[in-house]
Amino acid sequence: MGGNTRSAGAGEITRDRRTGLGGSRVRSGNKLRSKIRSLIDGAATGMAVLSTVLVVAPLVIIFVYLIYRGASSVNLDFFTQIPKPEGEAGGGMANAILGSAILLGVASAIGVPIGIGGGIFLAEFGRGTKLANAVRFTADVLNGVPSIVMGVAIYGLIVKTHSPFLPFSGHFSAFSGGAALGIMMIPTVCRTTEEMLRMVPHAVREAALALGVSNWRSVLSITVKTASPGIITGCMLAFARVAGETAPLLFTALGNAFWSSSLDRPIAALPLQIYIYALSPYDDQHRLAWAGALVLIVLIVLAVSLVRYVTSRGVLKGAS
Amino acid sequence: MGVGIEVTNLNAWYGTNHTLQDINLNIPANHATALIGPSGCGKSTFVRCLNRMHETNPIARVTGTVRIGDMDIYEEAKPVEIRRRVGMVFQRPNPFPTMSIYDNVAAGLKLNGYSNRQSLDEIVERSLKNSALWDEVKDDLKKKSGASLSGGQQQRLCIARALAVDPEVLLMDEPASALDPVSTSKIEDLIFELKSQYTIVIVTHNMQQAARVAEKTGFFLNGRMVEFDSTHKIFTNPSDKRTEDYITGRFG
Repeated sequence: MGGNTRSAGAGEITRDRRTGLGGSRVRSGNKLRSKIRSLIDGAATGMAVLSTVLVVAPLVIIFVYLIYRGASSVNLDFFTQIPKPEGEAGGGMANAILGSAILLGVASAIGVPIGIGGGIFLAEFGRGTKLANAVRFTADVLNGVPSIVMGVAIYGLIVKTHSPFLPFSGHFSAFSGGAALGIMMIPTVCRTTEEMLRMVPHAVREAALALGVSNWRSVLSITVKTASPGIITGCMLAFARVAGETAPLLFTALGNAFWSSSLDRPIAALPLQIYIYALSPYDDQHRLAWAGALVLIVLIVLAVSLVRYVTSRGVLKGAS
Repeated sequence: MGVGIEVTNLNAWYGTNHTLQDINLNIPANHATALIGPSGCGKSTFVRCLNRMHETNPIARVTGTVRIGDMDIYEEAKPVEIRRRVGMVFQRPNPFPTMSIYDNVAAGLKLNGYSNRQSLDEIVERSLKNSALWDEVKDDLKKKSGASLSGGQQQRLCIARALAVDPEVLLMDEPASALDPVSTSKIEDLIFELKSQYTIVIVTHNMQQAARVAEKTGFFLNGRMVEFDSTHKIFTNPSDKRTEDYITGRFG
């Protein structure tokens, strides 16, 4: 008896055999229970699969739709030409691609060092101090500031202000746009850096200190290095987030229909150009806007993958 | 070469918890000294006072004198200098996870600004040979991460890392307690080899281990050192009743 129900409840069947009581009743109860169990198991697995699909679906839908609407307009001209005057067909977004690259370069140059520096302070040197709590609170509030507000703030602080201490101030400029995006990057970079540094085991820090390594050296060369994959992920998240921002650029970088790579002058940017084209009455420009959106997403994915590849080459396998 | 350690009236606190009380002890040079005692008796705190790791905890405090060789480590030196002379191996292997085997061993030297490539190579090789790991890792020194090794190998890597900075004293805080019997016996053989060159202080929960590797043994209880004598005497004919009760397994 019971030889064929090995999987679930085998232990109870053995016990029943010993007492010799109620064998068949318990066995059928076991069968029912194991049926319920496998039903619940199936339902839970199904829910998990469904959730996964729901998470991935929006991205796939957006991507497929962008390809459907935009792919036909992505051609060589798109990457080599600047926008044609209104009403004229053709043209591309080459200047906007360059402009976005410059803006994001400026933004990263501002946001990444300040953010990582702040994160190191919060996790390593300022632990438990009032200053650290204030910095953390400020970063969280900054994270919640709407991007349009950031644009207006930079407009007031840099674009509208003539100050000998502020570079490129007093007019619309690529620098002011990069600064707006850079400041938006700071809280994300800062808080992820802090979280990642906190995850580095205490034993690793102790190992460094016990070798006679000074505290600051241990933080920079051991703790930060150990946490670097996570810190890089944080920087990439911040980068990808601001890469698509339009609002902060409206009052700062302004946009430019022509080639420009100067930090001192207004500059074109992909999101701005998409915004302008999407509002235009011409079908041709609508198609270019779709193409621009597609290219923007692909470029962000490429940039993030490239950074991951470059930074992971030195890191050894099995380390993370 | 190793140097002796002279501890006088050492007291240590964590917050208001008085974890070490009036410890007086002379640890001989170039020998292995074992510290035994039940959990929480202060053994680990004691060894952490010998390289000033105790004070890395913000609520920790210490008074008394520790002389290593001819230097009073609390009066005459900075913590970083002491820790270069007094190496430490922890209970759980803690290699730097993002570094290769080579970089793990060279870490202490590199991080202190030492960068002569050729002699670094020599030091890494010598340290790994001294820790009996060389033959197992020599082919992928720079290819494999320190974290990819087995637990026992990781612990020997940590010993190599401590040896690479050429310390005079090696502190081992239960170095084998997280390892399997084979790895444990390798570590013990290693301690046996190393004590001709270094002064070794080993904290252990395993009394057989103390008996196997150490010439001298100290018994700690409730933050005090009850007895310190030759290992043979401690395990065969202890003078204190509490030591006898502990080693015969009546408590602890």
